[in-house]
Amino acid sequence: MKLPLSWLSEFVDFPKTISVADIAAGFVKVGFEVESIDNPAEKIKGPLLVGKVLTIEELTGHKKPIRYVGLDCGEAKTRYVICGATNFVAGDLVVAALPGAILPGNFAISARETYGKTSNGMICSSKELGLGDDHSGIIVLDGKAKIGSPALRVLGADDPIIDIAVNPDRGYAMSVRGAARELAMVLGLNFKDISSKSLIASLEKKKKRGKIIPVQISDKTGADQIYLRSLSNVDPLRPTPQWMARRLSQAGMRPISIAVDITNYVMLELGQPLHAFDSAKISGTLRVARAGKFTELITLDKVKRKLAKDNLLITDDKKVLALAGTMGGLDSEVSEFTVGITLEAAHFDPMSIARNSRSHILSSEASRRFERGVDPLLAELASARAALLLIEYAGAIYNGSSVKKTPLKKRSITISASEISSLIGTTYSDKEIEKSLKAIGASLRKSGKKWVVTPPSWRPDLNELPDLAEEIARFFGYDRIPSQLPPVKLASNGSSGLTPMQKRRRSMSLKLANRGLVEVHNYPFVSQSQMDLFGFTGDRAKTFKIANPMSDEYPYLRTHLTPGLLAAAARNLSRGEKSVALFESGAIFRNIETLKPAGSVSVSKRPTELQIKQIYQSVPKQPLHIAGVIAGEMTNSGWWGKGRVVEWSDAVDLVRELIEDSGNDYSIEAVDLAPWHPGRCAEFKVDGKAVAHAGQIHPRVTSTLALPDATVAFALIVDALKFPDNFKASPISVMPAAIQDISLFVDQKVPAEKVEAALREGAGELLESIALFDRYQKEGEAQVSLAFSLVFRAADRTLTSDEVSELRAKAGAMASKKCGAQIRT
Amino acid sequence: MSLDNASIEQIKAVALAAIKSSQSLDELREVRIAHVGDRSPIARANQGLAEIEIEKRAAMGKLIGTARANINQAFDDKEKELTALRDSRALSNERVDVTLASNRNPRGALHPLTLLTYEISDLFVGMGYKVQEGPELEASWLNFDALNIAEDHPARTMQDTFFIEPLASGLVMRTHTSPVQIRTMLENKPPIYVICPGRTYRADELDATHTPVFNQVEGLVVDKGITMAHLKGTLDHFAAKIFGPGVTTRIRPSFFPFTEPSAEVDFFYNGRWVEWGGCGMVNRKVLQAAGIDTDIYTGFAFGMGLERTLMVKYGITDMHDIVEGDVRFSRQFGSGGR
Repeated sequence: MKLPLSWLSEFVDFPKTISVADIAAGFVKVGFEVESIDNPAEKIKGPLLVGKVLTIEELTGHKKPIRYVGLDCGEAKTRYVICGATNFVAGDLVVAALPGAILPGNFAISARETYGKTSNGMICSSKELGLGDDHSGIIVLDGKAKIGSPALRVLGADDPIIDIAVNPDRGYAMSVRGAARELAMVLGLNFKDISSKSLIASLEKKKKRGKIIPVQISDKTGADQIYLRSLSNVDPLRPTPQWMARRLSQAGMRPISIAVDITNYVMLELGQPLHAFDSAKISGTLRVARAGKFTELITLDKVKRKLAKDNLLITDDKKVLALAGTMGGLDSEVSEFTVGITLEAAHFDPMSIARNSRSHILSSEASRRFERGVDPLLAELASARAALLLIEYAGAIYNGSSVKKTPLKKRSITISASEISSLIGTTYSDKEIEKSLKAIGASLRKSGKKWVVTPPSWRPDLNELPDLAEEIARFFGYDRIPSQLPPVKLASNGSSGLTPMQKRRRSMSLKLANRGLVEVHNYPFVSQSQMDLFGFTGDRAKTFKIANPMSDEYPYLRTHLTPGLLAAAARNLSRGEKSVALFESGAIFRNIETLKPAGSVSVSKRPTELQIKQIYQSVPKQPLHIAGVIAGEMTNSGWWGKGRVVEWSDAVDLVRELIEDSGNDYSIEAVDLAPWHPGRCAEFKVDGKAVAHAGQIHPRVTSTLALPDATVAFALIVDALKFPDNFKASPISVMPAAIQDISLFVDQKVPAEKVEAALREGAGELLESIALFDRYQKEGEAQVSLAFSLVFRAADRTLTSDEVSELRAKAGAMASKKCGAQIRT
Repeated sequence: MSLDNASIEQIKAVALAAIKSSQSLDELREVRIAHVGDRSPIARANQGLAEIEIEKRAAMGKLIGTARANINQAFDDKEKELTALRDSRALSNERVDVTLASNRNPRGALHPLTLLTYEISDLFVGMGYKVQEGPELEASWLNFDALNIAEDHPARTMQDTFFIEPLASGLVMRTHTSPVQIRTMLENKPPIYVICPGRTYRADELDATHTPVFNQVEGLVVDKGITMAHLKGTLDHFAAKIFGPGVTTRIRPSFFPFTEPSAEVDFFYNGRWVEWGGCGMVNRKVLQAAGIDTDIYTGFAFGMGLERTLMVKYGITDMHDIVEGDVRFSRQFGSGGR
């Protein structure tokens, strides 16, 4: 809301000493952010004078009309300037910038030769002076200005405009009057309100018999007040007075015609949107009604709009006149031929106007105000004010009014000083409560220790104690609220602190960072081509689609972390990294459950347990994954030699480490799973359930993404891992260990993990650890040679060599039995 | 050879001189053979004892023994000296340039948003709060309705919120972490002291200061006797922890559907007020929707953007750095934070 200081001054008695900064600080203190303070006069320097047009010489032979104009600027000699505008005649008063003047945008004026003449200055338009958008012609001043006087003062340009942001609960402040009331309140200044009674009375005194358009509210859910003022004998071509046009421009609205400008002016001043209809276009009764059978309306902006059944409209007996509270219809608009005007001022239902605006993606000055709530008692005053202005500036005659209204619902809120104080955390006395609530326009009655408060009609947002508490706290300033820490009650049952899952996520992340991986946070949006490239099938192909994505290319939610990670790896490599190691932990989204929308659930009380369950079940599970990618070297090259290029087992080992660290037991088997290499992907299982995959990325994927052949990745479902319960530490034996090596041949199809498991089983409980230390396969042979080192140890004695030889033999026998292994001797 | 005192002294002097002039252990070994060995003058002198008169034999024997001990001592000393010299020469030859690059292992790092989340979580956990998390793809009832954001509220339009197809699913990408507050209140009875960090989504184009995917941390307290002063105190403590001791906050009136009274919170940093987030006393309608008795309990809530906090704290000027996953960015922060 753009507020010229001069306009605010009509409602607030500002002391001479107050600065614009003080005023801005006042707005901030009561909750209005100041977006800008703009004073056009500060951007204009040098001579800018009122000049009278003495002569006009039309210069011909140019592409556009050019005038050579003689001006009386109160100087000894006539001043001649070139001008491209034609909206003036001899005798008009204009604004002349003389050489030496600097206009907004550092536009320096100097004498110059042009069109074969010497131009000694410039006649200015509003836009050139930074006073408005109008560049259609130069400014022609009212006849009263003194020739040769400084034009800035005449134009009222030395007038700071304070632009404030108005929150949705403060619709009343979308007017000069409403904002001024807040300002007077916070600065402790006198608020000079319009006298509603005398203004309305002065209109009624001017009433002359004539035709009055009748009014009906056909849909009572759409409006509770409507005033129609019927005026005749209007001269729609009268110019808008300069002061009014100037203020409209200052507030960011374009002056259009006298009738429209008056309705806009009153809206800006008082906050009530008004509409002026051409009375001749209304047949019968003007009505507030739902669209129903009406299906179409061409609005003022010349757009043909298809009406929704529940759109709130202004109609007459036959047709649609306007989209209520949002935009007028083109047909019933006031035109240059209009003689009779019907002014409509209503209090529409905010929700209905919000829906009008949304369904047509049409946000207007009127709809923005109605959505935020307009004072229901304002329609009478605002329509009277507009009617008086039409009488004064458009020669109109007032014929009378039609009114339909339902009585306002009485609102009262009972509060006490102690309740307010205990919500805000500082003490407010009864006196202070009375003073502050009166300042916002409420009326109060004491009832015992309590106050019964009736909020002002323009504050539909005040309904409960906390609403009033905010007003009181705001009045005295939030800076009065002390700073205290709450008396936190520690959670019982030892449940304070981070959860085991939160700790696990941290420890996994730290482990990977300390292994040289850099964490990234990727957007979870993926494209169809990414899904295709990665070859996702099954659950990982089932995703959710965003109806309104940022980019049409990336409408899907990730079902896996690898697409984002590989893209980030490629980005890093393209920026000059030689190798890259990244990880991410985050949610993934798979559309694999049957989800049922919870339907409509009331918010007036806690939903039933069934409803809560239904709401929760309408939301898909979003498991936490942690995944990584390493492309290129695992250890860096340098003066010491070549680094080690990453291989599939590096990814597998990271997962082993993460799962071991979590205290879970796992098994590994080979799987063919995209986006991994079909022969180089390990699947980790915990309790028979796949929890992780790791290995080398499919060459098709790496080559498409321009990643090195040696690119490996892993992905682990963090929340699929259990938390071991009742964990107990094993004692550490200090008896000597007995080490036995065993070499065996197995078929290449037998996984090493199976051989190891068989050896373990055969070796029995005295086996402390087992490690594969050699693997060898002769080219072209189906047999693989595996060599394991077995460490045996007993808790209480030194094992004899006979004992361990026997255990080694038992281990070998088990491997032979389970895996067809041949023991090498 | 005649055995007399002078000759023994002579033998000793020659031996000691030879030892003294030895330059290496090898040389010393030769000297040892020559002066202590079986055929050395001192050994032969000893053998000659048998040939002298018996009454002189003891005195001469003692003299020879002492000389021999002196020579041996000198050998030992010299050997130690030369061994030490040899060892120090060897170590000196093994000297390297320790300033040579040795960055064999790639450097890992946590993302600064993660580090900031840890810092904030640890602060509040230390105060007795819990850290609550919830789904990013969320029911609109939890994201909007329960938070007193009506059906026609501008936040619920396609310009602001990502909706999931089909629209009838009632699913949105959560626009704030506030649905976690609702879940917390539905699942727990007061007293409630939680913070909710996490990823949130709004349909803003990525530019220097905006990103459609961002992170928030919200706080929620519901208990008996909670006041706006407690909110202010918590914000002051929070700001001082993140931005440094002495950094204070101010609150000024604002509007949010889910709080009443509502406020914006700014902090004073580097000589100016910086907008940080929104806060207020939890709207009674929100408490009621979660089934909390508003006659007994009041609460406060606050929420701020982590990206913004990070940008101000570390002087980051372009959001792209935070979202693009460039390793050079995160490595600046290490894995323990700065």
